[in-house]
Amino acid sequence: MKTKTRSLSKTTRSNLITYGMVVAAYIIVEIFLRAGMVSSLLEGLLVPLCMYVILAVSLNLTVGISGELSLGHAGFMCVGAFASAFFSRCMETAIPAAGIRFTLAILIGTVCAALFGILIGIPVLRLKGDYLAIVTLAFGEIIKNVVNVVYLGRDSRGFHVSTKDSISLGLEQGGDVIIKGPQGITGTPKDSTFLIGVILILVTLFIVLNLINSRTGRAVMAIRDNRIAAESVGINVTKYKLLAFSVSAALAGTAGVLYAHNLSTLQAQPKNFGYNMSITILVFVVLGGIGNIRGSVIAAVVLTLLPELLRSLNDYRMLIYAVILIATMIFTSSPGGQAIQERIKLFFKHRKTKEA
Amino acid sequence: MVLLEVKNLGISFGGLRAVDDFNLTIEQGELYGLIGPNGAGKTTIFNLLTGVYKPTDGYIMLDGENITGKKTIEINRHGIARTFQNIRLFSELSVLDNVKVGLHNHHPYSTLTGILRLPKYYKVEKEMNERAMELLKVFGLDQEADYKASNLPYGQQRKLEIARALATDPKLLLLDEPAAGMNPHETQELMKTIRFVRDEFHMTILLIEHDMKLVSGICERLTVLNFGQILAEGETAAVLNDPKVIAAYLGE
Repeated sequence: MKTKTRSLSKTTRSNLITYGMVVAAYIIVEIFLRAGMVSSLLEGLLVPLCMYVILAVSLNLTVGISGELSLGHAGFMCVGAFASAFFSRCMETAIPAAGIRFTLAILIGTVCAALFGILIGIPVLRLKGDYLAIVTLAFGEIIKNVVNVVYLGRDSRGFHVSTKDSISLGLEQGGDVIIKGPQGITGTPKDSTFLIGVILILVTLFIVLNLINSRTGRAVMAIRDNRIAAESVGINVTKYKLLAFSVSAALAGTAGVLYAHNLSTLQAQPKNFGYNMSITILVFVVLGGIGNIRGSVIAAVVLTLLPELLRSLNDYRMLIYAVILIATMIFTSSPGGQAIQERIKLFFKHRKTKEA
Repeated sequence: MVLLEVKNLGISFGGLRAVDDFNLTIEQGELYGLIGPNGAGKTTIFNLLTGVYKPTDGYIMLDGENITGKKTIEINRHGIARTFQNIRLFSELSVLDNVKVGLHNHHPYSTLTGILRLPKYYKVEKEMNERAMELLKVFGLDQEADYKASNLPYGQQRKLEIARALATDPKLLLLDEPAAGMNPHETQELMKTIRFVRDEFHMTILLIEHDMKLVSGICERLTVLNFGQILAEGETAAVLNDPKVIAAYLGE
């Protein structure tokens, strides 16, 4: 029994380090902010940073833990963003307390994204590998494009929906057009703050890490490692695949809520909810290590800040960015790079034993 | 008491009749062997018994219940567990977790309980750990509980697969070529383990094997399959001396 207690505390310790890292990073940034040492540019990047971290962690649940390559993550983020922004716009006068309203908005964004996750997951998860990647990519684009043609208004008679333009909604005098097709939703209350972002990161980590280290997570990973064997010991493959996929979608929705409430205008454009975004998130996951949750957090932070920190290099900025990407990839996944890592680990171990 | 009864089982893949008119009756607690040349349809029969394939004809009764055409996970819940010819472990999981996946349906708690770490989580996980360690100890794998499954040596991987199958608490255990790739020493040890499993867990075991030493050493009864049809069946010694069987194996 002794070995087990040790291994249990090992995962718990590793999880605590991850939480601790996030909290420590928050405190450090907060100190710099108070001291006025953060440029306004970087300060504006803090909420998106939290959003990217949540996205990377949630995608790692699909790609790393469940082993399904999904390229439609931005689509779920889009659902969360629009559902919550819509809610906030409608309830701005009904619920004046920003705290309660935003909490409800987060829940609504998350639940809507989860529902879409289930809806899309049922047909899509029958596919594997590249096929799944292509179909999820398509669904992500579909969500974004559907949002772009929706017009939704409200007057005293209730809600009106159209896919043509805002005039065909036939609103009464004083009616309010909430979703304006390609112009999206304007006037969303700016409720997102860095603190809320960090809290949401911690909640996301809590959900994902606890899920992985539970009966459910074991079933999901068993399916990833060997579907046929998992079935043979009575694991319901469809159920657990769908569960992991929808939890992942739900958390992407949470990130979407954060995004929507950080901007006064929310539009579904290729650059925020298109496949570019999905690929960016996938890069975080791959670079941080597939299945490595803490790695995803670090990769998301570093790769979001990097282009800003390299701004002084002007034209060479993206060149250096690419070089760093490739170098990290080689370092983490090639046999040579791993040998170097082992040597570094050994070096530190030796030093520790010498000190002791 | 009859545990497994298979009658007129058959399956066709297009025009190919892979298994035809297969009959099998296994008594509770028996150690039964299924042998035959390569391509005779032995693994196909395992796949039919575990619901990987749906039979085109016949029926399968387990402990008085008709399980014909049921899904793999339902058949596992009815009490059939198996190992695979080419080992199929959850390679990235620890040895302990492999067995705990096998315990999945017997120690349930909801996903939400797991995420929120409610008291039930700790209670059930503790039970699971204890049960899994017990099983690993039986197979001498308790020291390796924290290893990644893919890092185990070959022989131990085979044992882990059996441990995982037993974790689902089956009535009938199917072993698909358990001695494949083992050296004579490991095979000897495996024979001991199989006998031990039968006696200790009062398990009924049906195994496919090419290693005649193992078959004649532990199986009480045999069925010989050739081209998807039964060639001979009965007591091990009698079957192995049957001229038809010798001809099928060695050629005339």
